[in-house]
Amino acid sequence: MFARFSLMTTQVPGEALVSLKAVNKHYGQLHVLKDINLNVRKGEVVVVIGPSGSGKSTLCRAINRLETIDDGKIAIDGKELPEEGKELAKLRADVGMVFQSFNLFAHKTILENVTLGPIKVKGVPKAQADKDAMALLERVGVGHQAPKLPAQLSGGQQQRVAIARALAMKPKVMLFDEPTSALDPEMINEVLDVMIQLAKEGMTMIVVTHEMGFARKAADRVVFMADGQIVEDATPEEFFTNPQSNRAKDFLSKLLTH
Amino acid sequence: MDVIIENLPLYWEGFLRTLFLSAVSGVIALLLGTVLAAARVSPVAALRGFSMAYVEILRNTPLTIAFFFAAIVLPRLGVKFEQFEVAAIIALSAYTAAFIAEAVRSGVNSVPVGQAEAARSIGMKFGQVLSLIILPQALRTVIPPLINILIALVKNSSVAGAFFVLELFGYGRQLANSNGDQVLAVLLGVAFFYLLITVPLGILASTVERKVAIAR
Repeated sequence: MFARFSLMTTQVPGEALVSLKAVNKHYGQLHVLKDINLNVRKGEVVVVIGPSGSGKSTLCRAINRLETIDDGKIAIDGKELPEEGKELAKLRADVGMVFQSFNLFAHKTILENVTLGPIKVKGVPKAQADKDAMALLERVGVGHQAPKLPAQLSGGQQQRVAIARALAMKPKVMLFDEPTSALDPEMINEVLDVMIQLAKEGMTMIVVTHEMGFARKAADRVVFMADGQIVEDATPEEFFTNPQSNRAKDFLSKLLTH
Repeated sequence: MDVIIENLPLYWEGFLRTLFLSAVSGVIALLLGTVLAAARVSPVAALRGFSMAYVEILRNTPLTIAFFFAAIVLPRLGVKFEQFEVAAIIALSAYTAAFIAEAVRSGVNSVPVGQAEAARSIGMKFGQVLSLIILPQALRTVIPPLINILIALVKNSSVAGAFFVLELFGYGRQLANSNGDQVLAVLLGVAFFYLLITVPLGILASTVERKVAIAR
């Protein structure tokens, strides 16, 4: 409730955990991000929705600089994203990322997928990393799969492992780039349940998704993007019951009629 | 066929030297080729340029030129060695490394880009992404082409015979000269000993390929 209330007030920039200011990006002629301003506070769950090609995935990937931006500023916990190199690597360790296509390391076991980051990036001793990883795998419900290779798991299981892998780095914020779009329908819920649980535990999350149910259930804010712009930024109730823009009305009506 | 039996010790000595040349050059070429491939995909433009130039020049000129360069030009530039064998190893590994670099690079490109993105997003640096995630997967997919390159290396090592290195082909030539009436048998013997190295390599290739395939 507090998070929702805080929306009504003007946000103080210093409080934002993730802040984007006047961010622009082009792919050749295509202007994919147009003057994006967005602040996400600690503990907030922001769901980014919009038609495909609206720039929402690019926005998500720009936050840990998997996509570079042309101009504007992106800061995590007050620190502006540095150029590619050691500093950026350090900052990325604090930003968990979950991809549409899972991207588990194909040649490593499930357990190794989760322990690799802590051991190699943070220097956690192997025994400790194994123990933490097993706890995380249990938490997302795939503990018994630990010795298997990624290809032996279902999509939903793989995505839950990917979430555990990101969590193992103890990130300050988690980015989800369409985490359920590559999943069979019956596997979507097992992933969403993990994400809802995470949201309840107070993780700061930015989630690009088409799952309106998740937005209603777990989001503090819904950001609606179209044609590279943020068109609406509202609470889920406001957005779903009373969208302001024609673009959003049009988008929602299409969802409901199908 | 008597000529083969009579000269078995010579064949054996040539065989061992060919094996030695191939093994040493192969190991150096694998290392150098992997480093070149890493340079080719690195974010540093100068490294990419160097690697590309190296590969294009060595890959597109005859091996004999590499041998002449190592055996004749290098000593004039002040790089002295006691035996021509060293020159042969330099030429063979420098030449083969170019092919290995290309094979490894194609393997790197075959690893889905999401693997590197996932590695970067958990905070790995470029070197870690490459050595822990990309290369282990890339090398598995390129084992068959790599072994093809190594087979070619074994055969290419025969050029050393023309540069005063007494390996299999060098002895073969000697024997052919001294047994003019049995040239066919002499050469069949030489071919047999080459097959003794290359056929097992081919078998190894298919075994390893089946063992290390990565399911996606």
